[in-house]
Amino acid sequence: MNQLKRISGVLWMILAPVVIYLLVMGAVHNIDSTGTKDINKPIPWIIIITVFTPIAIGLMIFGFYSLKGEYDKLPESSDDL
Amino acid sequence: MASTDGKGIGKVIFSSSLGTLIEWYDFYIFGMLAKTISVQFFPEGNDTAALLSTLAIFAAGFLVRPFGALVFGRLGDMIGRKSTFLLTLVLMGGSTFLIGLIPGYRSIGIAAPLLVLLLRLVQGLALGGEYGGAATYVAEHSPVNKRGYYTSWIQTTATLGLFVALGVIMAVKSNMSDAAFTAEWGGWRYPFWISILLVGVSIYIRLKMSESPLYTKLKKEGKTSVNPLKESFGHKANFKMVLLALFGAVMGQGVIWYTGQFYAQSFLENTVKIEFMQNREILLWGIGLATPFFLVFGALSDTIGRKWIMLSGMLLGVIFYRPIFSTFLKDTDVKVWIQKDASLPEAVHPKEVIKVDTIDTGTAPMLVTHSKIHWALNDGIKFTENRADTTLRGTDGSAAVIKEDTRPNYTDKVLSTTLKWKFIFLVFAMILFVTMAYAPIAAFLVELFPTKIRYTSMSLPYHIGNGVFGGLVPFIATLLSASFVNDPLVGLWYPIAVAGLCLIIGAMFLSNKIDKNIND
Repeated sequence: MNQLKRISGVLWMILAPVVIYLLVMGAVHNIDSTGTKDINKPIPWIIIITVFTPIAIGLMIFGFYSLKGEYDKLPESSDDL
Repeated sequence: MASTDGKGIGKVIFSSSLGTLIEWYDFYIFGMLAKTISVQFFPEGNDTAALLSTLAIFAAGFLVRPFGALVFGRLGDMIGRKSTFLLTLVLMGGSTFLIGLIPGYRSIGIAAPLLVLLLRLVQGLALGGEYGGAATYVAEHSPVNKRGYYTSWIQTTATLGLFVALGVIMAVKSNMSDAAFTAEWGGWRYPFWISILLVGVSIYIRLKMSESPLYTKLKKEGKTSVNPLKESFGHKANFKMVLLALFGAVMGQGVIWYTGQFYAQSFLENTVKIEFMQNREILLWGIGLATPFFLVFGALSDTIGRKWIMLSGMLLGVIFYRPIFSTFLKDTDVKVWIQKDASLPEAVHPKEVIKVDTIDTGTAPMLVTHSKIHWALNDGIKFTENRADTTLRGTDGSAAVIKEDTRPNYTDKVLSTTLKWKFIFLVFAMILFVTMAYAPIAAFLVELFPTKIRYTSMSLPYHIGNGVFGGLVPFIATLLSASFVNDPLVGLWYPIAVAGLCLIIGAMFLSNKIDKNIND
């Protein structure tokens, strides 16, 4: 299982920039001054991309930690933290 | 450290749950009355008001809630749980009550939406700080073998808050006309005013409670954190657990929670077009029947562990969302209803002409007649057919040509009793998935982090999971629907994908072991 966790780390690291790319492309394609839906307004996209960027960076770090074997053994108690 | 005795823990659970329930109630009524609020404070055609409206919707959930988790989490770890979640309650109750007092846009202009935005942001901030405090407070009073059960009472509050909000709005609305409800100082304000009474009672009860025993001990020993943010997110050992909590549990739980409780309601109202009151009745029954299962799964998690119960809720969502929503659509197909019910002649369905538009085409005048036909079929099924038929008048005295609307839309559908109960069962099933994913999560998060930074460490992933991942469900659903117009269920791929991803990460990375000692 530990080997699988480490290999999957690469996947999480790749997934993070893919999510941001999809969000940016979603914004580019859907922001439209003539549209009336929320997806046509720039403000929601700005807020969502602003909030999602650190989350995606978090996913990359999660992937990096997985790859390095940081999750091979989870702490048994708070003393291990 | 001994846990609180039976009677004492009852008071702890009651005071914490009541306050959290009221905070959810306060947060929900704004969303449920969004249409009326929009008319009163964010009128169409005013760009500034439209911008403020968008900010009120998106900033409160996505930006301010996680920020509130950091602000109040830090406070809760530095000065104590009790005072912090008391403060969040005051902020939430006060801002809700004040929203109910703001005059409409017609009376005070742009100040109205500005004040509403400000108070909505305070609501988001307060909500971000409440949950972590309440969950931590209850868990730190609980014996190890009942931590999941006792904290599951806190988990019921998000659903019960929705239940109470729905009930109060329905009660107010059913006792007055639509015009009286939506007027500037109309009935829509009552749910906001009621909040101050609820909050007053809750503050009184909470003031009588003492601080968490684990936190008190920590404080006596001088071991509280001086910089909870740095210790939570700056130290790798703890930060990696924050990431694991977010991506392996809370992210999936957030989308399951949102889809079952909110997206289903919105889908039934806006896509399936079920009549307003019946839609709420279905949801109320679904919630009412499923809510006890929070306690069942919370208690079960004390026996078999938290992990697999949470992940099972996600798995069931991944498997059953599309079949359930597909059933909602298939069973309310009006054409099938009409075919099955050929017993009544068309004449019994009263037709109401709403308006007639005259369009000057340069040659013959064209009339567009907008009308509603109120259908009533066997088994109590009713619906309204909204048509726009076009009439072309001949200028040379020739007969008018009528082009009937071939794609009328059907609204205000009232289901037969059998079908209504089928829908109640399906909503119940989705909320059952919510209870599985959500019930054990407070105990799970509490056990993941040490006492001195518990409030901060658990609040942030919780509010990112629920507020951001969950709150994005309608936005991404609209986005997907705009890109793939032929599939009315395409919006479900977002919660399915997020829950599926979380399920995989959770299954691989999470431990099912219950941490018996959270006194550290």
